[in-house]
Amino acid sequence: MSELVIETQALTKRYGQMTAVDGLDLGVHQGEVYGLLGPNGAGKTTTILMLLGLTEPTAGRVRVLGLDPARQPLSVKAKVGYLPERVGFYDELTARENLTYIAKLNGIPREEARRRIDEGFARMGLSEVADRRVATFSRGMRQRLGVADVLLKQPKLIILDEPTQGLDPEGAREFLHIIRSLKSEGITILLSSHLLHQVQAVCDRVGLFHRGRMVLEGTVDELARRALGSSYRIRVQADGAQPVLTEALQRVPGVVNVTPEGSNRYVVEATGDLRAEAAQAVVAAGGRLLALDVEAPSLEDIYTRTLEEVEHGPTA
Amino acid sequence: MALQLERASGGRSREGSPWTGLWAVVAKEMADHLTSARMRILEALIVLTAGGTVYAAMRSLRDSVSEDRFLLLKLFTTAYEPLPAFAGFLVPLIAIALAFDAINGEFSRRTMSRILAQPIYRDGLLLGKFLAGLCTLALVLTAIWSLIVGMGIIGLGIPPSGEEVARSLWFLLASIFYGGIWLALAMVFSIVFRQPATAALASIAVWLFFTVFWDILAGLLAQSLRPVRFGFAQEILAQAQLEMALARISPNTLYTEIMLPLLHPTVRSIGLLLPSQLQGAVLGAPLPLRQSLLLIWPQFTGLIAVPILLFALGYVLFQRQEIRA
Repeated sequence: MSELVIETQALTKRYGQMTAVDGLDLGVHQGEVYGLLGPNGAGKTTTILMLLGLTEPTAGRVRVLGLDPARQPLSVKAKVGYLPERVGFYDELTARENLTYIAKLNGIPREEARRRIDEGFARMGLSEVADRRVATFSRGMRQRLGVADVLLKQPKLIILDEPTQGLDPEGAREFLHIIRSLKSEGITILLSSHLLHQVQAVCDRVGLFHRGRMVLEGTVDELARRALGSSYRIRVQADGAQPVLTEALQRVPGVVNVTPEGSNRYVVEATGDLRAEAAQAVVAAGGRLLALDVEAPSLEDIYTRTLEEVEHGPTA
Repeated sequence: MALQLERASGGRSREGSPWTGLWAVVAKEMADHLTSARMRILEALIVLTAGGTVYAAMRSLRDSVSEDRFLLLKLFTTAYEPLPAFAGFLVPLIAIALAFDAINGEFSRRTMSRILAQPIYRDGLLLGKFLAGLCTLALVLTAIWSLIVGMGIIGLGIPPSGEEVARSLWFLLASIFYGGIWLALAMVFSIVFRQPATAALASIAVWLFFTVFWDILAGLLAQSLRPVRFGFAQEILAQAQLEMALARISPNTLYTEIMLPLLHPTVRSIGLLLPSQLQGAVLGAPLPLRQSLLLIWPQFTGLIAVPILLFALGYVLFQRQEIRA
């Protein structure tokens, strides 16, 4: 068991009557990419602000890198990089001036700061525009500048709030690539998002938030198994008499349901990946198999299913 | 490490100095002020006001050069329509222009959470912004002061006495603190209102209120609270004193009352003057600087206290503010 970088116990934040975060127990290990997932207003940003000591918890315990953010905010903030949602810069200053200010706030010596800033620009592909005013930067460039800014303090933990929000698909993919390269350096990353396929692409573990509570936690695969009850959807395309093929597929052990779609397509719901067995059954029944495909459970399904359950109680 | 942790979480104390990063903020904010377009406009105003003031004063002073011992001070006080004495309207204007978007500007640029995620406290950020504003204001006012004195010496051809320079420097100091009031006020509004324009308007509204309406209101209030029923001297005195006390709530009144004895050495009282107090006085004889300072000391204290109080108010509001955008 690796060391816990973020640890919260019964963490709670109330704004008047509204409970933004409700008894949250969160544990993030050294070197992992953890995704906070949930609809807007689920309490993701509030949680992040409490981790950074920017908002005081109403109740509960927080430890970040073994420190209490409410009492030792300077040490925490010196080691944790935070990229807020839709990060802003001083438009009238150049990219370099913006980062120099942050370096000064972190008390990094001038020479060292210059070196790290150049390094960051090179890494984020911003060297060309380092001395241009940030006002001329595109959304994607700002986001990369934000990462350069976060890397300045050589953080052990990076917290990204909706990092791909407002990026075009190309920019988002690039950004996910950046996250992976940070992970490969051993930096622990906590990211929040409501864009599921992106979370799925980079996160080791995921916590699903709903109304301030964590309703589900685990790896994407684990979540899938738990939320969908090991339901795989196998798409079969085969020519042949429909009733016969339906019947044949139905008889394969582990198949729960078969739904014909159109003249030669079938959707098979099964408890496991039964592609080989399904193919065998089709061929044995005299059908001509044209295509076979399994739909891996996507986070999207898990998410929708879980939220429905939380809202309406378990569905049948 | 464990012991440190224990101690830190046991007490209610925060680690480190609240002023961590203060000078980085001051340096950045001052650089911003000095390079901003706003500053260009203010610079034009400075030159215009200083030039206008000196020119207007010079026209009338040339005739009376030999009769006055405090010619330099006259430069600051001699105003001609439509130009008022420079400090009265320019100081609040500059101060408000420097601070009305101090805090809400950070929110609207979405830089606040990024800055506060650095290892600094909010204390450092707020005080840094205030100090940067105050330093810029001091710089601007000192520039105007130097321009007026310099042009005045050249134009009049008479070197100022040490006493005159000392008095005008005290006046400069008072002007900076007077500006500090409006700076702190604009800053409070920049915390309260999310829109910079609203904060600017609110600051100007308060300034207008004190400039135009407060004197009238003070008079009305004094009349209704201490009415003169029978025409006794005590009644008239009580009313006048209340009116004066009320008027002194206005920073403008405080500032004017400081300005008068400093720049007019012959002024020997800024309140009511009873005949008994004038016994043995040589009318028209100037007071030494020490005595003038003694006279304005209470007002001066008030002038310094108001920005501190306003800053404290802003501090409390800012500490409690949620930083999520």
